[in-house]
Amino acid sequence: MTVSRTTALHFGTLLVLIALFFVLPAYHVGAFSRIMVLAIYAIGFNLLFGYTGLLSLGHAMFFAAGMYGFGLSMNFGGLSVLPAFAVGVLAAGLLALGVGLLALRTIGVAFMIVTLMFAQTFYLVILYFGEYTRGDEGFIIQQAQRNLAGIDLTTETARYFAAFTLFAICFLAMARLVQSPFGKRLVAIRENEERARMLGYDVGRLKLAALVVSGLFSGVAGAAYAMLFGYVGASFAAVHYSIFPLLWVLLGGAGTTIGPLIGVIFMFYLIDISSSFTNAYMLVAGVALVLLTLFAPQGIAGTIRKRAVSWLP
Amino acid sequence: MDFGPHLMLASIEGAVISAILVLTAMGLSIVFGVMRVVNVAHGEFFMLGAVFAWAVSTLIGGHAGFGFVAALLIVPVLVGCIAAGVDQLILKRIDYDVDRTIVATIGVLYIVQQSTLMLYGPEARPVAPPFNTRLALPWFEFGADGFQMIWPWGLSVTTYKLFVIIAAISVLGMLWFVLTRTKIGLIMRATQQDREMAQAFGVPVNRVYSWVFGLGAGLAALGAVLVVPIQQAHYLMGGDPLLLAFIVVIIGGLGSLPGTVIAAVLIGMSDGIISVFFSPTLAKIIATFLVAMVLVFRPQGLMGRVAA
Repeated sequence: MTVSRTTALHFGTLLVLIALFFVLPAYHVGAFSRIMVLAIYAIGFNLLFGYTGLLSLGHAMFFAAGMYGFGLSMNFGGLSVLPAFAVGVLAAGLLALGVGLLALRTIGVAFMIVTLMFAQTFYLVILYFGEYTRGDEGFIIQQAQRNLAGIDLTTETARYFAAFTLFAICFLAMARLVQSPFGKRLVAIRENEERARMLGYDVGRLKLAALVVSGLFSGVAGAAYAMLFGYVGASFAAVHYSIFPLLWVLLGGAGTTIGPLIGVIFMFYLIDISSSFTNAYMLVAGVALVLLTLFAPQGIAGTIRKRAVSWLP
Repeated sequence: MDFGPHLMLASIEGAVISAILVLTAMGLSIVFGVMRVVNVAHGEFFMLGAVFAWAVSTLIGGHAGFGFVAALLIVPVLVGCIAAGVDQLILKRIDYDVDRTIVATIGVLYIVQQSTLMLYGPEARPVAPPFNTRLALPWFEFGADGFQMIWPWGLSVTTYKLFVIIAAISVLGMLWFVLTRTKIGLIMRATQQDREMAQAFGVPVNRVYSWVFGLGAGLAALGAVLVVPIQQAHYLMGGDPLLLAFIVVIIGGLGSLPGTVIAAVLIGMSDGIISVFFSPTLAKIIATFLVAMVLVFRPQGLMGRVAA
């Protein structure tokens, strides 16, 4: 029975997201478009961190690879939306493959730092080629170009449903993936890497696969962000954007399917609401983080699973 | 200026960077070594040190020397107490869990940064150095008239920079003495090697942790007090020292204090020298990438042992 409950929860979540479009005022509809794109990023991060137990501090490079792959191939390659999107996702996947081959030689804290360093190198490279990338200032993708088969992606409705479609695909694909044998093997690695190896699984290949899939999802998020909001900038490759997915996933609940979405919504509105009455919103965010680690260590979804709904996926 | 004197000037800059870096990284390394936690807020303790140094020297006034000496004595203790408070209030309660500590210290980072912004403001403020005489340095070369000593224009060092280097070395010496020759050091090393066994032998592990966390933050603050006459106090100044200290600790080998010192000197010197001769961005790209590659092919760091 758990299977159908899980499916019901996932489709219920998606239905709520559709309903929100008709219920929410315009400002929040825009906010939710952004939240869904960022949630794709968090879902990708969650596969690596929540399920495989690998903490990367450099995921911003995959997000940025998707973003720049999309933006640069449109601006300089003259590609239209779909091929450019493919280029962005592919760039992120290839980068993840390369980084994985090198960084996965290390474990634990060294892995964190190596990914951080690679991401920093990537960020600096973007700044170094400022002639094309416009560095920190970034560049804008013209409204006329952001057009998919006659649909203008800049209108609020098209943007919301484009974000929703991408989110739904990624969300369901990931929910499926973590229940598959592949997903179970990743959890086995998280729980006890030695034992997984003794059982005959090729741990190195599985970790690399997890990193590449995680990088692809991040690339989708990055390309989608550029596509829907029309801006490409180096700040998305900076350290903050590697820390954010960690926060979202930890707040929402690592290793749960809906945790990433909850985490992004929570963080987004925490900063949004607190910045409306104080300009020290980072202080509020900091206090919230400390309180959550003290009182809800498994994140929101993780705590719900522990306290009330044990079947939560 | 010729290449030789130029290189010497760059090396002196590098030595000053190394001196500050070695103190900051030492703090991070001790905390990691003994408590096995990654303190992301370490850079903010550095920043607090600089801001408090400005506050103390402004409050005291008079000759720059008084304020500076007072800051040197008071500020590390003050920052250490704040850090010990953070340990008691937060880290102890989450039982030093590695992942949760990272998130909690990110929270602390935001809190400290924003509080400083609100109370101290966004300006960068300088602290006057207690003494700052410029010493010209000689250079030797073989010219047409054989071996001779010349005084190239621009080749000089300030007494304050020399003081920073000497101060860092003496603090390191004291630290080495405390860690290897006193009972405090013995207790810390016992806690590091086996927390439970140490507890069984009557070591108050929780108190040791608070002291160690305070000591780590105090070292960062000390580095900041020393740097603030050269570099101004600003509420965002904690980012770079954090990243550099991290690199140093990892490259040196986690928990290895001699490794930390060697790596700090290596990275400080190369930072000083590279940024004099190359485009800063390109230099940073090369340096960051090389650090990553060192880790990829020697994950245990330069002096670390392979985990059993």
